[in-house]
Amino acid sequence: MTPGDGPAVHPYIPNSAPGTRAEMLRAIGVSDADTLYRDVPTDLRLERPLDLPEALPSELALRRHVTSLLDRNVSCEDAPSFLGGGCWQHYVPVVCDEIISRGEFLTAYGGLWYSDHGKNQAYFEFQSMLGELLDMDAVGLTTYDWSAATTTALLMACRLTHRGQVLVPRNLSPEKRAQMHNFARSAAEIVDVAYEADTGLLDLDDLRAKLSSSTAAVYIENPSFLGTLETRAGEIARLAHESGALCVVGVDPISLGLLAPPSTYGADIVTGEVQPLGIHMQYGGGLGGFVATRHDSRWLAEIPSLLTSIMRTADGSGLGYGWANWVETSWVKREESRDFTGTTTGLWTIAAAVYLSLMGPQGMRELGETIVAKATYAARLLDGIEGVRAPALGAPFFKEFVVDFSATGKTVAEVNAGLLERGIIGGKDLSIDFPGQGQSALFCVTEMHMQDYLDRLAAAVEEVTR
Amino acid sequence: MSTRDIDQTGGGSGAPGAAPGGAAENRYLREGFHAARWQEPVIMEQGSPGERGVIPPPLETGIRAAVGDPAALIPPELLRATPPALPEIAQPQVLRHFMRLSQMTMGTDVNIDLGLGTCTMKYSPKVNEFLARSPKMADLHPWQPEETVQGILEIAHRFGRMCCEISGLDAVSFQPASGAQGIFTNASIIRAYHEANGEGDTRDEIITTIFSHPADSATPAVLGYKLIVLYPDETGYPNLEQLKAALSERTAGLLITNPEDTGLYNPHIKEFTDAVHAVGGLCSYDQANLNGIMGVARAKEAGFDLCHFNLHKTFSSPHGSMGPGCGAVMVRQDLRRFLPRPLVESDGLRFFLDDDLPESIGKVRSFLGNLQVVMRAYAWVMSLGAEGLRQVSETAVINNRYLMKRLREEVPGLDLPYSPDTGRLDEARFSWGRLKEETGIGTEDVERRILDYGVNNYFSSHEPFVVPEPFTPEPAESYSRADIDEYAEIIRRVAEEAYAEPDLVATAPHKSSAPRMDESPLHEIDKVVTTWRVWKRLGLQSPDTPADV
Repeated sequence: MTPGDGPAVHPYIPNSAPGTRAEMLRAIGVSDADTLYRDVPTDLRLERPLDLPEALPSELALRRHVTSLLDRNVSCEDAPSFLGGGCWQHYVPVVCDEIISRGEFLTAYGGLWYSDHGKNQAYFEFQSMLGELLDMDAVGLTTYDWSAATTTALLMACRLTHRGQVLVPRNLSPEKRAQMHNFARSAAEIVDVAYEADTGLLDLDDLRAKLSSSTAAVYIENPSFLGTLETRAGEIARLAHESGALCVVGVDPISLGLLAPPSTYGADIVTGEVQPLGIHMQYGGGLGGFVATRHDSRWLAEIPSLLTSIMRTADGSGLGYGWANWVETSWVKREESRDFTGTTTGLWTIAAAVYLSLMGPQGMRELGETIVAKATYAARLLDGIEGVRAPALGAPFFKEFVVDFSATGKTVAEVNAGLLERGIIGGKDLSIDFPGQGQSALFCVTEMHMQDYLDRLAAAVEEVTR
Repeated sequence: MSTRDIDQTGGGSGAPGAAPGGAAENRYLREGFHAARWQEPVIMEQGSPGERGVIPPPLETGIRAAVGDPAALIPPELLRATPPALPEIAQPQVLRHFMRLSQMTMGTDVNIDLGLGTCTMKYSPKVNEFLARSPKMADLHPWQPEETVQGILEIAHRFGRMCCEISGLDAVSFQPASGAQGIFTNASIIRAYHEANGEGDTRDEIITTIFSHPADSATPAVLGYKLIVLYPDETGYPNLEQLKAALSERTAGLLITNPEDTGLYNPHIKEFTDAVHAVGGLCSYDQANLNGIMGVARAKEAGFDLCHFNLHKTFSSPHGSMGPGCGAVMVRQDLRRFLPRPLVESDGLRFFLDDDLPESIGKVRSFLGNLQVVMRAYAWVMSLGAEGLRQVSETAVINNRYLMKRLREEVPGLDLPYSPDTGRLDEARFSWGRLKEETGIGTEDVERRILDYGVNNYFSSHEPFVVPEPFTPEPAESYSRADIDEYAEIIRRVAEEAYAEPDLVATAPHKSSAPRMDESPLHEIDKVVTTWRVWKRLGLQSPDTPADV
């Protein structure tokens, strides 16, 4: 192929129009592709076309092809799903989708305060509203996911305390554990703290035994991966502080219209997952983590991700917003970096800002009440089924709870297969990652689950466990 | 009036400086441009008590009757005592607020965004957005049973084969959510490989170059590696002797971009990878600058063991105001065992997740990463095919050479450091060093001034600035000749302004969404304020209060 008589015109490539291409080649004094790539050694060049499927340049053909593949998926709109565990189905107000579909936001990138003033204001408003929800004074832009945010927070704690060990609950998400281990194992020792088998609460005796002058941080989640609320969070924070360690708390922000923010029980750093706040699950693609700390320059300087700061116009009459603390990011620190950032999840920052603006304090409170009531209702229905125990852990819960099927004689795999036959996607099977829980599954109930779904779930579980 | 009208009536054909190819170039300038400047108050100050933006689904009376007061289900010490001070605003005003903010944002969709080199700001096709918003994509949970997600798994599997063909490597993971995470993943695999060989402790050095992305230095450093950073010689890239001097039995691997951010393709790259292999290291290819060489040169033939593609750059998924992205990682077959788990596989009948990878580095991102980004990238490649991808790369190079020619011939004060007679591929790193010396106007001033003609700020360079006053445009295949001409015209005009009216440039932008700022909070950590609550507490919301925090 020579560029002069190149392939067909493609709508994404304006200069594929033959006349333009020829004129431009003439302008740059190039006659063929070999000349264009003169500086790529010939023995490194691919001397054949790529072996790819036949192109579908027609938009309709492409749309039909991809739709035919996507149609093989069963979405959580098609079948009620009870999966959670780090990615949850919540209602996404249409205005959230409308705003993040705007091409100006969708296709923006690194624009500075003067070219992307609106984007930077949206970032600041996200930080400000999340700060209110969390009752924290300093919030950064969203990072990759909750796991990344938590790893970042724990490494920050190590640097702030000059200590090298972090204590994490044994009932951590296996996803988060694996990510944290790969990321942080050369910088910090990660030690598990047991949880009580009957309640799911952190084992305070084990915590006391493991706290030492090496402990940089104690990390807890509220709610935990297994859904339980840590009712002794204040005591845990106090023990951490007595040892000179920081208390880092992971939260589900959707709960915080109803639940107390971690600041009330002594959290120093708060992390969490932004996806519940107006972002579709997207097969896990909707995740974005956040980190919040106190307003203290020493702490702010340790946040490795981007921060948006508010500032004044030069004449003092107006406000602007821009990326601050650039010198502490890995873009500048390079080989001195102890953490890194990059293209993270800016679009979800904007979606969450829209969501919190729409919901307001009343919406967040009502939503929290609706969710805890529905989850409790579902757990009680399931607990009424012979051989089924729900919740299997005794501590209070918010939207997720462990359901133990062991006494039914069925495995979770069998129960879930039966549910799927009935058009229901069951809870996450815990029997591999948490063998101590027996044949248990983690169920998630949100505002998406109408009472009818919950009644149908209970009826279906009754049938498949009979 | 359209650009074409101006071109015909405003001195196009036959005017001074007819296009190098003979036809008229576009000398259109948007002199009357002004960005939207809504002076939009912060949302925390809008609305009034009791207004609502959306009503959440109500609790059914049957459930309420069964469980009673929901608040009573929560232990009192865990109940929120004070409502969060979120704004209370009705829906039309929320929508309008964020619409206005969007209008004060210069996405690629609304400007000739070819200045952001290495970022490959190309067109993100709307049909792919339409597909990604389908509930069959948007409303999938990552733990759904495999039989309910065969469609997305098939897309991932098909696109995985495409990435392997484009790179020449054998196995793929889409878990990394950005280019930096892709590089981090490859550094993690290099660590796992040497640990598996019992050399984890002794091979503690990674080599990279100053013109590779900072993540090639930063992410191995996070894993505890010592970095050796090579600087260019007069050609623009390091020479083999420099590399050999850095290699030893301590070498774990090489992480390198090629073409580097200068746009120069290092022709000795195979000698580089051979030399690293000779001391037992692995070679990882940061393919941030893939856009000019798809279907032309692959990672495999250049001797790389691992590589990564930025699907949100080269493969058209939108940049999303800074994400989500995907740093697809490809590796040699014998390194597959270290990839993050699980991997998407097929037995010919169905698609499934292979989690049986005991030597895996584990996870770098929850679940499978950003599969909605993979779906868009798949649709993009399906639209283009092999011939189209080659066309993308050739056009990206032609566009770049064309822009370079215009800039070099017409723009005062601008130079092209390193090998000026060697062809750049997808981008070029220029220097405004001479402009700075002659006028006092540097690259940041030029960046601000071009905004006044309706284009986004550009990419100067990663730090440190090895090239003085750098400027790195990348006119990807999405830009028409008229676009490139207009961009060149803007740059020429601003450079001429720097000589004629330097103050005009130094005080720019003049027509932006936000006027000039006191930028000190961006550079002084003591002045950073990240939330409105702190801004208010410090009494700063009034313009009369001094800004010293």
